[in-house]
Parts: sequence; structure tokens; C-alpha cells
Amino acid sequence: MQTERAALNASAARQPRSWGVWGINLLTVTLALVWAIPILWATIVSFRPPSDNLGRGDVWFADRLTLDSYEKATSLAPFFPKWEDGHLTNSYYTNTIEFTALTLAVQLVTVTLGGFVFAHFEFFGKRFLFAFILLQMMIPTAILLVPNFVTIREFSTVYLGIPKALYYKEFSLYDTPLAMAMPYFGSAFGTFLMRQAFLGVPRDLVDAGVVDGCRWYHLLRHVYLPPSWPSLIAFGMVTVSFHWNELLWPLVVTSDKARPLTMGLLRFTQLTDIGAQWSLMMAATLIIAAPLLLLFIIFQRQFISSFLHSGLK
Amino acid sequence: MTSSASVRTRWQMRRPRIQWLPYVLLLPTLYFVFLFTVYPTFKVLRDSRIYYHPSRPDRQMVTDLKLPGIDEATRSIRGPNNVGLAYFRAMVEPDSPEGETFRQVIGNSALYVVGTVPISMILALLFALLVNRKMRGVGIARLALFYPTVLPMVSAATIWLFFFTPDYGLWNQLFKFFGYGGPQNWVINPKLALWSLIIVAIWKNAGYFMIFYLAGLQGLPEDVYEAAALDGANWFTQLTRITVPLLRRTTLFVSVIAIIGAFQQVEHALVMTYELVSGEADLLLYEIYQQRFIQQDYGFANSLTVVMIAILFALTLANVFLTERQEYAN
Repeated sequence: MQTERAALNASAARQPRSWGVWGINLLTVTLALVWAIPILWATIVSFRPPSDNLGRGDVWFADRLTLDSYEKATSLAPFFPKWEDGHLTNSYYTNTIEFTALTLAVQLVTVTLGGFVFAHFEFFGKRFLFAFILLQMMIPTAILLVPNFVTIREFSTVYLGIPKALYYKEFSLYDTPLAMAMPYFGSAFGTFLMRQAFLGVPRDLVDAGVVDGCRWYHLLRHVYLPPSWPSLIAFGMVTVSFHWNELLWPLVVTSDKARPLTMGLLRFTQLTDIGAQWSLMMAATLIIAAPLLLLFIIFQRQFISSFLHSGLK
Repeated sequence: MTSSASVRTRWQMRRPRIQWLPYVLLLPTLYFVFLFTVYPTFKVLRDSRIYYHPSRPDRQMVTDLKLPGIDEATRSIRGPNNVGLAYFRAMVEPDSPEGETFRQVIGNSALYVVGTVPISMILALLFALLVNRKMRGVGIARLALFYPTVLPMVSAATIWLFFFTPDYGLWNQLFKFFGYGGPQNWVINPKLALWSLIIVAIWKNAGYFMIFYLAGLQGLPEDVYEAAALDGANWFTQLTRITVPLLRRTTLFVSVIAIIGAFQQVEHALVMTYELVSGEADLLLYEIYQQRFIQQDYGFANSLTVVMIAILFALTLANVFLTERQEYAN
């Protein structure tokens, strides 16, 4: 009986018998390889000497492996900060890290508070305000580049009331990490996600807390947050990978000082003296992508589950 | 409900106190959503009527703009640079430059959506079925299929630009290997530039959509398959008659986020097609960017943005109604 059941299970389900399992395995391996070729080839090419223009038919193998391409790429463009007279210089890496960290820090606060309010309180206009915030999911920030660019440019004069005479140099938000991060400070997606997470907390637990005389921040800290960390971490991962890779909005609101990595690469590929020096381009490409890719390889499962949530975005 | 159990007198019992705390906690989110989403949306609607074109000396007056329905009388009423709905009217005119650009861009975007969405979704389902098995090294396969999602689009586009180079690029080598000596330079060729964007997008998105199908597959009931196997259904019948219908909701969801995402993808175009003449292979969002920051035609950029907002809004509403209908059906 037992063996029969087992045989049934093995033959049923998704194991096609006609081709045989080996054919399917071969197909899986082939597709995975085809999908992996771009990154593999970029890696191989980036370890070639910079002079190598790949004109020869030899595609896969270099005469020797060097770090020359990486050294040359980092000398041509400020990817990494340098230590000069007591402070770090501006670099693509520090700009991206500042932008991402700033966005993440503010978002974690606003998203937690927003989710908490919608999960815990009953108040006048709750549904309307929730719908108002969800508008952000329907009208993504990406398509409002033009008006948001004007808002950022005039932020200090119009919104902070600093007179134009004092304005251009010191008070303009244009070309700062803050300008890149600001449109993302309120996140509809995150608010929605945290509300879902907080609604999953048993009501009895909350009521017990209230009876014990918890203030709202105690409730949030000790009742709502402990079971909801996974959601918050998932949201953080999506945010970090989204903003690390972002190009379009930074392209609109930065010009020089605050360039992030993605924009650095874009400019790098369009430098005339690089020409078709592909080994340099591939080195730059990998310099940009490496941190996230390494994180992804280490935390594969968490990344995939957090990206599952991001479908809402 | 915050219930601080404070003692109240009888007349206070009839008037519950206004809770101000939730509003205070929501203020930051509301402020930033208003400032960077709601207000700019209305601003775009308003500014699509304004004619302002700093970079073109031959187009400094509204009268320089060859638009229908702008004459002295209307200008004196509306003010100097207000052209009303003229941009939208020009977009549907058969022979105005704005109309040509608009039709080309909409056509390109439509082709892009039709080219990327179905193929990457079919691939995503195939990947999910392949990876959702017990096999040694299946984790590595999943990694290889999903990593393009985590890779920045600029990096992906740069690598593919390298593949598309004439002569020694891998793409052309492949074609040569199969004995095809056709068009060499994909990225410069206006006919093929859009297809090179589509190829990159498929490669990048298939793994992302795969994870939704994986989640869907893991929620499927086992016993249905056992019954089908007992009835002698082969794998193909099981796939078409059980798996695909049961994953209908996943498919709907993925198709909506795929279409919405396709309208917002533009970074690969910045890397791969920036040498092309404007409009030849431009997608809608890229054209907006170019009109505003390169051609500096402010009103046209705003008008195109209005069209894009309308498209995305319609898609999102369709999504809401479709998923609602689904829930009633079940």
C-alpha cells in the first residue's frame, strides 16, 4: 500500500515521463546558462588588459588576467572617494550610499507610523486619507519628473521662503542627495505593506496592552513591531535595491556633485576617449553592480520573498 | 481606538473628544505624497496649456507655433502664452510635427509592450515550472534566472550594448554561426533598435515574473494532479487543463504589473539609443524626457505626460476592477 502510494506520487504531478527527467534537467541547465552568459562574459572581459579591443576571434580567453581595467576605470572617473585634506571627496559610491541610506531611514519611519495609524486607529476620514496615499501607486513618481524637477529647484525659495537674492549657491536643493531622496519619503507601497502586517497582530494582544496602560508608542514598539519585522525588512530590501539601481530621477535633479553610481556609469560609457574599450566599460559595470549582486547571492531567499511583495509597487 | 480610561463628567460623555494623534502621525506621509504626487499631477494638467520654448529662437512667439485655433482674439483673452488645448489638438492632427512624433512614440510603446510582455510571461511560467522541481543545483538555476532583476538596468544595457556591437559582438557572432549575415549594427538601425530594447527587457524581466509564478505553483493543490494522473492525463494535458487555468489570477496580476512596468522602463533606451534621431525608437517616457530637457518644449512634454498619466491610471483602474470581478466569480 505504502509503496503503491509512493509510486503514484512519483509518476504523477509535474514529472513528464515521455521526455524523461534528464531532458528537462538539461533544458533547465541550458536556459540558466544562457541567462547567466551576460554577467559571466562581462566578468571575463573586465579582467582583460584595457588595450585589448577584442578584435581577434578569441572571445572567451584572455592572454592574462589583470586588474588593470579596474584600476584604469577608477582613475578615469570618481567611483570611490579619496581622502583629501581632512575629508572624503565626492564620489559616485558615497552619493549612492547617502541617497539610499537617507531614503531608507526616512521611509522606515514614515511607513511604520502610517501603517500603524491605519491598522490601529479609527478616525474621521480614514478611508479617504488611505485612498489619497494610495494615489501614489496609481501615479508613479517616475512620470512626474518634470514638475518634480521644478519643485526641487524652487524648494528653498517657495517652500522654505528663502529670498531669491540669497538663493542660488547655498540654499538650492538641486544636485544634492536630499533632492534625489525627497519624493520617496512618503511611500504608499510601504504604508500598505505595514498596515497589512500590523493587521495580522492579534487584537487580544493589543487590547491587553491597552488595559495594561500602554501609550501608543509602547504599543507600537512592544506589541505591533515584534511580529512585523519580516515585513519591514522586506520593504527595506526592496527600497535599497530599487534606489541603488535608480537612474532617471537622479539624472533630472543632479548635474555634477551628487551623481550616483548609475549616472556615473552612463557618463562613463559616453566618454569619447573610452571609445570601444569594452574591458573598461565592463569593469565599470561590475563596480556598480557588485555590492547588490553579492548581497543577493548571500541572502537569495530573503531577496526573492521581498521582491514578491514588490509586485504591488 | 486609544482608550485612556479617564474619568469624564456626564456632559462630556455626549461629545467624544477629537483624536488628533492619528492625523499628526500621518502628516509626514501625507505631506510628501501631496507635494510629489498629487500637486504635480494637477500642475502637469495646468501647464500643458502653456507655450514656452527657450531653446528655439524661431519659436519665441505663440504665433510661431503652427497650431490650429490660435489667433489674436483668443490670445488677448487667455494671455500671451496660453495655448489651451492646442497641443492635444496638434497631437491628433495628421500632419503636424507634434502629431507625427506622438503617433510614432505611441506606436513604439505599443510595439514594446506587445513585444516584451507576452514573451517574458511565457518564459516566466516555463522557468517557474523548471525551477519548481527537485533537482541538484536548482538553487543555482534560480539564482541565474533571477539575478537580472537585481542588476541595475544601466549595467544590463551596457553589457548588451557590448553584445550588439558589430563584427565581434556575441549577438552577431551567434547569427554568423548559423550562417546569417544580415544587419550588423542593431543599436544604430532605427528598425532594429527597438527590438534590441525588447530583447534586453525580456532578459531582465522574465526572472522577476518567474517568482510570482513560483509562488502560484507552490499554492496549487496536489490531489488534483494525482487524480488527473490516475485518469491518464499526460503532462501536457495537466499543464494546459490544470496548471494554466489555476494560475489565471497570477497571470492577470503579472500581466498588469508587466504592462505598467513596460511604460516606465526607459534606462536601457538612454544607454542604447541615445545616438538615434529623436522619435525613431523612442518610448513614451523617454520622449517626455527628451522634449523637456533636450528639445526644451515644455508644453509638449507636459501634454505627453498627461497622456501617460491617463494610460497608467486606466491600467490601474482596469486592474482593480478585473481583480474585483475575479473575486466575485470565485
